[in-house]
Amino acid sequence: MGKKESTLPNMAITLIIITMIAGGSLGYIYKLTSGPIAVAKEQKQQEAIRLVVPEFDNNPTQEMYKIAADGGDSLNVFPAKKDGINVGVAIESVSHKGFSGDVKIMVGILPDGTISNYAVLEHKETPGLGTKMVTWFKPSDNAEAGASGNAFANWLFGIKSDTGGGNTSIVGVDPSETNLTVSKDGGDIDAITAATISSRAFLDAVQKAWATYNKNADAYSSATIKNNDAQEGGAQ
Amino acid sequence: MNQWKNFTKGFFKDNPVFVMLLGMCPTLGVTSSAVNGLGMGLATTFVLVMSNIVVALVKDFIPDKVRIPAFIVIIASFVTIVEMVMQAYIPALFEALGLFIPLIVVNCLVLGRAEAFASKNALGSSIVDGLGMGLGFSMALTMLGAIRELLGSGKIFGISLFAESYGMLIFVLAPGAFIALGYLTAFINKVRKA
Repeated sequence: MGKKESTLPNMAITLIIITMIAGGSLGYIYKLTSGPIAVAKEQKQQEAIRLVVPEFDNNPTQEMYKIAADGGDSLNVFPAKKDGINVGVAIESVSHKGFSGDVKIMVGILPDGTISNYAVLEHKETPGLGTKMVTWFKPSDNAEAGASGNAFANWLFGIKSDTGGGNTSIVGVDPSETNLTVSKDGGDIDAITAATISSRAFLDAVQKAWATYNKNADAYSSATIKNNDAQEGGAQ
Repeated sequence: MNQWKNFTKGFFKDNPVFVMLLGMCPTLGVTSSAVNGLGMGLATTFVLVMSNIVVALVKDFIPDKVRIPAFIVIIASFVTIVEMVMQAYIPALFEALGLFIPLIVVNCLVLGRAEAFASKNALGSSIVDGLGMGLGFSMALTMLGAIRELLGSGKIFGISLFAESYGMLIFVLAPGAFIALGYLTAFINKVRKA
């Protein structure tokens, strides 16, 4: 069979057929994968929530609410409850001060105002420097709870990663007593070696989550009480 | 053509990275660790094999003057499929490669093989060619990633060999990619000619 000639109708028909087949198959694959993609995204969020707050038995994603933060952002707050009692909140916070792009984290805050844990959701910091934030700010003995800089390597080999050591942990810290800025700026936290900007952005996001949550804490606790009343009423 | 020779040419004789110097963008961009290089290489291999198969099958129906746009549409479709499937089933790898997956479309290696090989050869040879070239590309990316990871952070495949603080940070960053690639290319070509 010879090659088709390059006449205008031939070319147009060929391209139309190819693009139609391509479009159709992409639509089909999209339909197949859109479910699992949504599940994977929600799972990642759920995992982050599970990591940063104590054990809970409600569905924080369903009870998620938004509160406005300084600077025009609104932060997603995921309340975690066990048997209807508030055990902490996970707050999705973001800082625009990153070295390249936004730093998005999930911070867990206990009812007494201390930070229970954190997880980095999204960042575009320099590999090998800013990426260390994933474990740097955790206490050294708790390092295995976090993922290392390369999620795929973790997944493949089940690696545990290292932390900074020294005065770097923000876990268990009460931001009302501790100055959550890098020591270079007069704060109490040691920045990641050679990644002060990334450290600043990270701490900025944590500070933002904590400040925003505290500003709205009154409204939040009254909502919780109301919720508890309703549940007890139902039980009786 | 001898199929074995056809398969192995991608590894050494015509290695896409070290000899043909094709697809430099992902080569320099994602090889900050061996695992990323391997993941990118395998994703590219899949696209390469699939597009070679389709191009070899439809080459007689495509008029010469529109062959390039037709090939690009075919390649872009497979890249999008890889992206969606990876995002759905291996989110960890998708996160690590992220930005570079859509860039497989403009990897001249894929279009190069479609144009220079698959559009002139039979289906069987085209599959073997895609597989050989893709795995050669994967091998090159993994080697480069391993060297950069070792020199930069003292690890290979995430397994620590020496303390990270002794690593030369420049190898994790972009300039290190150029330096490592340059020396590796020189070395491979020296060996290849000897």
